[in-house]
Formats: sequence, C-alpha cells, structure tokens
Amino acid sequence: MSVVLETISLVKQFNGIIASDNVSLQIEKGARRALIGPNGAGKTTLINLLTGVSRPTSGSILLDGEDITDLSTHKRVRLGVVRTFQINQLFSDLTPLETIGLAVSERRGQGLDWWRIVGSRPDLVAEVVEILERFHLTDVIDKRAAVLPYGKQRLLEIAVAIACRPRVLLLDEPAAGVHEDERHEILAAVAALPSDVSVLLIEHDMDIVFSFADRISVLVNGALFVEGTPEEVAHDARVKAVYLGEELVDA
Amino acid sequence: MTPPPAAVRTATEWLSARARWHPLEIIFWIAAFAAIYLFPARHLILTEIAWLGLFALSLDLILGYAGIISLGHAAFFGFGAYTAALLAKHEIIEEPVLALLISGCAAMTLGFVTSFLVLRGSDLTRLMVTLGVALVLRELANRYGWLTGGADGLQGVSVKPVLGVFRFDMFGHTGYTYCLTVLFILFLVARRLVNSPFGLALLSVKSNPLRSSAIGISVDARLVAIYTVAAGYAGIAGALLAQTTAFASLEVFSFDRSADLLLVLIIGGAGYLYGGLIGAIIFKFMQDYLSALTPQYWPFWIGLALVVIVLVGRDRITSWTTPIRLMAARLNWRSLARRSAERL
Repeated sequence: MSVVLETISLVKQFNGIIASDNVSLQIEKGARRALIGPNGAGKTTLINLLTGVSRPTSGSILLDGEDITDLSTHKRVRLGVVRTFQINQLFSDLTPLETIGLAVSERRGQGLDWWRIVGSRPDLVAEVVEILERFHLTDVIDKRAAVLPYGKQRLLEIAVAIACRPRVLLLDEPAAGVHEDERHEILAAVAALPSDVSVLLIEHDMDIVFSFADRISVLVNGALFVEGTPEEVAHDARVKAVYLGEELVDA
Repeated sequence: MTPPPAAVRTATEWLSARARWHPLEIIFWIAAFAAIYLFPARHLILTEIAWLGLFALSLDLILGYAGIISLGHAAFFGFGAYTAALLAKHEIIEEPVLALLISGCAAMTLGFVTSFLVLRGSDLTRLMVTLGVALVLRELANRYGWLTGGADGLQGVSVKPVLGVFRFDMFGHTGYTYCLTVLFILFLVARRLVNSPFGLALLSVKSNPLRSSAIGISVDARLVAIYTVAAGYAGIAGALLAQTTAFASLEVFSFDRSADLLLVLIIGGAGYLYGGLIGAIIFKFMQDYLSALTPQYWPFWIGLALVVIVLVGRDRITSWTTPIRLMAARLNWRSLARRSAERL
C-alpha cells in the first residue's frame, strides 16, 4: 500500500532533553495505526511535530513524498493532515452548527468570503448537517460549545476534524475522560471513519487500541521501540516489560 | 448520504440567526435618521456621537470580534483626521466624500503596517505596543509642525460642500446627516462582515487560536485583515471629525482619546456591533449632562460608572448586560430568554 505520511529520523530536543529520538514512521493509505507508550514517551511531542505546532530539531516529514517539515499548521491542514485534541479545544461561543460550518467553509476556500453569511449556501449547509448527523450532534446544533455535555464535546472534537476532510487523521485519546456509558458512541464514530482516511490513534486504553488498530507502534523515551500487528505487540516480551515497569529482559 | 430537507432548513435558519435583523435594530436606525428632522437643535452633539460611534465600532471589530485589545486606537483616528484636514487645507482633494475615502485608505495602510506588531504576545504586550504606536505618531505630528501645524493644530482648513451640494453649517445640520450616513453604510458593511465565514473565523480565533489553525485557518492573516479594516474605520471616523470641525490638532492622537474609546465600548458592551454605538450615545450625553452640572469634576462620575459597570459584569468584562439577560432567562421571559440562555 502507498505511504501517505512518513517521518525520517525525526529528532526533537527541549533544552537538552530528547523528546523525540530518531523517529522514522510510515503510515499507509487507509491505515489504522495506534501509537502507544507510557506517559512521557513523547506521543504528544510527535503529534505536535506532525501537525506543525513545533518544529523538529532535525529530520523531516513527508506527505505523499513532499517535504512538509517547514509548513505551518494551517497549511498542513489544507493538505489533509488534521488532528483532534486530548483536551477539548473548541470555540466556546460557537454552536456545533457554526463550528462545523466554519470548518467546511475554510476547507472549501470560502473562509475569506466576507459578504455572504454561512447559511446562504445550501450545499454547504447540507454537508454540515450530514456531518452533525453522523456524529449524533443534531439535537444540540444550536447550543454553545461551552455548555454541551462532555460526551458531545468529544464528538464535536472529532466532527470538526472530519469536516476538514483529512487524509491523515491524528486522534489524540478521543475517548479521554468520557463516561463508560457514552464511550461506545465515540468508539462507534471512530470505527466509522472513512476507510480511505489514514488514522493514527494515540490511546492508553488497550481495549480500544486492540479493537481498532491493524498495526501498533510503541514509543518509549521518545524512540520507536516496537512496531507490529496487534498480535505481535501483545506477545512481545519487551513491550510487556515496559508496561509492567520492569527491567528489560533480553530474550 | 443527503440529510432530510427539513433538517437542512432548520440548520440554515440557525446559521442565519446571527445575521437576521431584529426589530429593535430597525427602530434604532429609524430613530437615528428621524433625529435629522426631530432634533435639529441637538445636531452638534449628535454629529459627535456619530463619529464616536463609528470609532467605537472600529474598536469593537478588533476587540469584540478578534480579541485584540488596544490602548492606541487613536493612532488611526488621528492619521485619518490629519489626512482629511491636509487634503482640504491644501485643496488637494476638495470633495469631502472622496477625501474621506482617501483618509480611510491612508489609515488602513498604517493599520496594515502596524498590524504585524500585535500578532504576537499577550494582552499586556498589545496594550503597550498600540499605546506606543499612538505616542510615536503624536510626537511625529508635534515634531513636523510645518506640515501639521504642531501644537497649535492645523489652522485654516476650509471644507467644501459634500458632493459639491451640501454645505457644512455651524449648527451641524449637514454634519450630522453626513456622519450618520457614513456610519450607517459602514455599519452595514461591518454587519455583513461579522456574520460571514470570515467573521466566524475571527470569533474562533478570539476563542481558541490553537484550534483555529488546526482547522486550516491562517490566524495571522485574519488578524492582519481585521486590524487593517478596523484601522480604516477609525481613520474615517477621524476624518469625519476633521471635516465637520474643519480642524485637526495633536489631541486627535492623545492617550485620553484611546482610553475614552475603550470606556465607550465597555459601557455599550463589546462583541455585538451596537455596543460602540450605544456606548457613544451614553458617553456623550453623560459627558454633556455631567459637564454642565459639574464643569470640573465630571470625569469623576464617568469613572464611577465605569467601576460599577465592570463590577456588575465582572465575569465577562465585554458584556455588562449579562446579569440582565440571566434575570430575563430566570423569569422565563420566553422569546428573549430562550435565545439568551443559550447564548450565555
């Protein structure tokens, strides 16, 4: 399968501390990749590097073979590298309708259109409603994001990203903090993501990881430690050791 | 998969809700235009209200919609004022409307250039940078007295009739109609702008710039754009002052003017376009009434009012009407309450 997103020897140092250590990662078209690792393993750093929030100390990032290492976040989004956030990053004064409407307008390149109101384009509104329906947000379309129930906010968090029509979607703990009863709604939304979108999922919950991913990358101390199918990773003694907090045992 | 037409219709309605004309808005503008005929004796103060309202509207565009706080908005006001006064004095552009547009463009240029200074940094940084820009301009105007008239102001400006027909008079009759018309047109433009995808993007940047860029919005470009537009508005407000008084002095750049403007906007409430206009009405009439009452100490009362307003609406400095709306919601005051409870 063709590689969509690729990192080559990505290194990020903060004041001498190595947060990403020579990470070379390849994500294929339509991949369902999980990225796991203990706290402080550098998962968020890697997401920040991929999305352009921070710049690598060395190494490069390729999208379809094109170097995007120096592109700013919004330009990468336009090329299809989109993320969600572990802690909700929503527009508290905007409703889901407006939030998605904004994201769709931007994606269509109508974001500078200052003379028309968002609601004046029927095809745009239809797309917005379709996304809101898919993420079970139709009952709260006119509520400010700040007053939405937490579960709905998490859904909106993913819906906004989908409205950008990602080619690579980076999901940062989509179900973080969501109550057990509402989890299935979010997991169903994640499972129903378009199959041609490559997904990189960061998650602590191993049930989610193993039900979702077709490949798993394990990050430890900023470096890629193990990569393989769920089967392989589950039976890898070194991974078990890391997760049990034990010393590494040579096989 | 296409959603049902009913759902799309509801969504369209909600998406257009912000842009819909409220009856109170229509009454507001009818009253403003009716004042041309109803209160001819008050045209001088109404003229001042009109340009101050425009100036405050300009600040609302950057503060209320994009979250850029400024203590130096007089920089653009003053730049527009001097441009208009110089154009008239040296008879470069004699027709006031054309001169007004040129003054606006001049201020926009200045706004564009200085916008890059407010892109980064905290509110405090922005306060200091904007304040600094206004101080620099004031001193430049002071230094180059051969052009600006220095501390004496620019004397001997004579403004020709508007469109070659309507002569300015000492009672402010032409002045008010002129300023109000300009205000109304620019208000309509601003109203379109804030309800467009561009306006939504501004609100998103104000609320969460991190997420804005994560959905593909170029945050910097948006801030530059709105700062430039707002500078143009401020410049036109200043030009209106210069044209209606046939005078420009260093005071147009003063810190007091920028600070009063912030006060005007906070009185009226930022972030809904009418804040600046209502604030300008309250501020000017309060100033007029209080200064007649206590010529020396009127700022005391304005200061007191400011403290009260900010304390009442302290959770949200931009909207002191919040408690009133909350109360309305509690009283189950239906039509209003439904919208406001959700909006709060």
